[in-house]
Amino acid sequence: MSLAIRVIPCLDVHDGRVVKGINFRSLRDAGDPVELATTYGLEGADELTFLDISASSDGRATTYEMVRRTAETVFIPLCVGGGVRGVDDVDRLLRTGADKIGINTGAITRPEAIDEIAARFGNQVVVLSLDARREAGQPSGFGVTTHGGRTSAGLDAIEWAKEAVDRGAGEILLNSMDADGTTSGFDLEMIEAVRAVVDVPLIASGGAGTVEHFVDAARAGADAVLAASVFHYGTLRIAGVKQALSQAGFPVRLG
Amino acid sequence: MSRPVVAILDYGSGNLHSASRAIEARGCEAVLTSDADAAFAADGLVVPGVGAFAACLDGLRAVGGPDVIRRRLASGRPVLGICVGHQAMFAAGIEHGIEAPGVGVLPGTVDQLTSVRLPHMGWNTVVAAPGSVLFDGVQDERFYFVHSYAVHEANWPDGVRLTWCEHGGDRFVAAVEYGSLSSTQFHPEKSGDAGARLLRNWVATLAG
Repeated sequence: MSLAIRVIPCLDVHDGRVVKGINFRSLRDAGDPVELATTYGLEGADELTFLDISASSDGRATTYEMVRRTAETVFIPLCVGGGVRGVDDVDRLLRTGADKIGINTGAITRPEAIDEIAARFGNQVVVLSLDARREAGQPSGFGVTTHGGRTSAGLDAIEWAKEAVDRGAGEILLNSMDADGTTSGFDLEMIEAVRAVVDVPLIASGGAGTVEHFVDAARAGADAVLAASVFHYGTLRIAGVKQALSQAGFPVRLG
Repeated sequence: MSRPVVAILDYGSGNLHSASRAIEARGCEAVLTSDADAAFAADGLVVPGVGAFAACLDGLRAVGGPDVIRRRLASGRPVLGICVGHQAMFAAGIEHGIEAPGVGVLPGTVDQLTSVRLPHMGWNTVVAAPGSVLFDGVQDERFYFVHSYAVHEANWPDGVRLTWCEHGGDRFVAAVEYGSLSSTQFHPEKSGDAGARLLRNWVATLAG
């Protein structure tokens, strides 16, 4: 008996619509997050992550509505990130049907937000979304970025991961900004470096191109593996990723 | 036969929306309520819960929850506790070294899991109690857990059916069936098809 390695599709959402590379299968409306989430649920996704990239409050309101409709339709855990600043944002997302929230820039700007959210809702709700890249100037060689990897936050990624967990983050979503979009594999050294310093569950993200890449991430210590475009474009199927993980000896949930 | 009415106890804790919709999807009328009389009168009562044990119990007491739970169980009316709502059924909980009393319809203390990797988050298998009604047809499925605390042992009463889970070498109670009380440490409302089947098994025990 042990936990299954979770396989998690990630949907980028703007004003309640899925954006970025949805190009597959028989969806009536490839931009409808609820339809896509339902499809992934049927295909065996263990969890879903929504990343809200809306800039306006109207856009966010639309996203809340989308989360609500998804939670009514797909009975697996939902994590929602993007624009989370503090307790009020989290309260609204949880009431809408999210189970976990991803916090990124909001925590870099004001780290106490992690403590406050964890104290109010429990640390299982707080996912530190960590966009990191190789940065020679940082002690560990890995630095934290903001703005989709374009800007250095001037923080050491490994130190920040430790601090966030000490403050109450219950999980880390580690996204390699170097590997993201390359489809040449996860940054395994980065996964190992974070794994070595935190005990909370670790989700690996960025760089998946083949089913073997997911196996490599699990071997490096990831408890869950997340990808976007390879699933959206239909290059890989969730079942295929799980089959590879299972053949490599990792427990998976057969949907 | 009319649709069973299931009250979802609203005491300021947790994702009530998902629990409500999952129950409705099993053919029930789900009612979110913080009213003790409505919670007593419903065919089934769901006690959800997310967050810290002591805070949840404070919220539960503020709506008269412990009394409603005891009265329902005394008259054989079904109650389903989920996650911290499951933990609330036990005698006490210890978090951060502070012990707080629970509803106490089951003996035992909720305390921290001993695995290194916490929270216990994700899909795990269980060893279902022999003769379990809840796990009929889903004994071998995985369910979604997210917690760092659980009940390990207790001086169990006769007739209790215990379902167990294990994480990192630590064995703990995953579900309890005792009289008209059912409760699960995991989230059936977030456990996909397996969770839906389990909820259906529970709903089948309701009068309606």
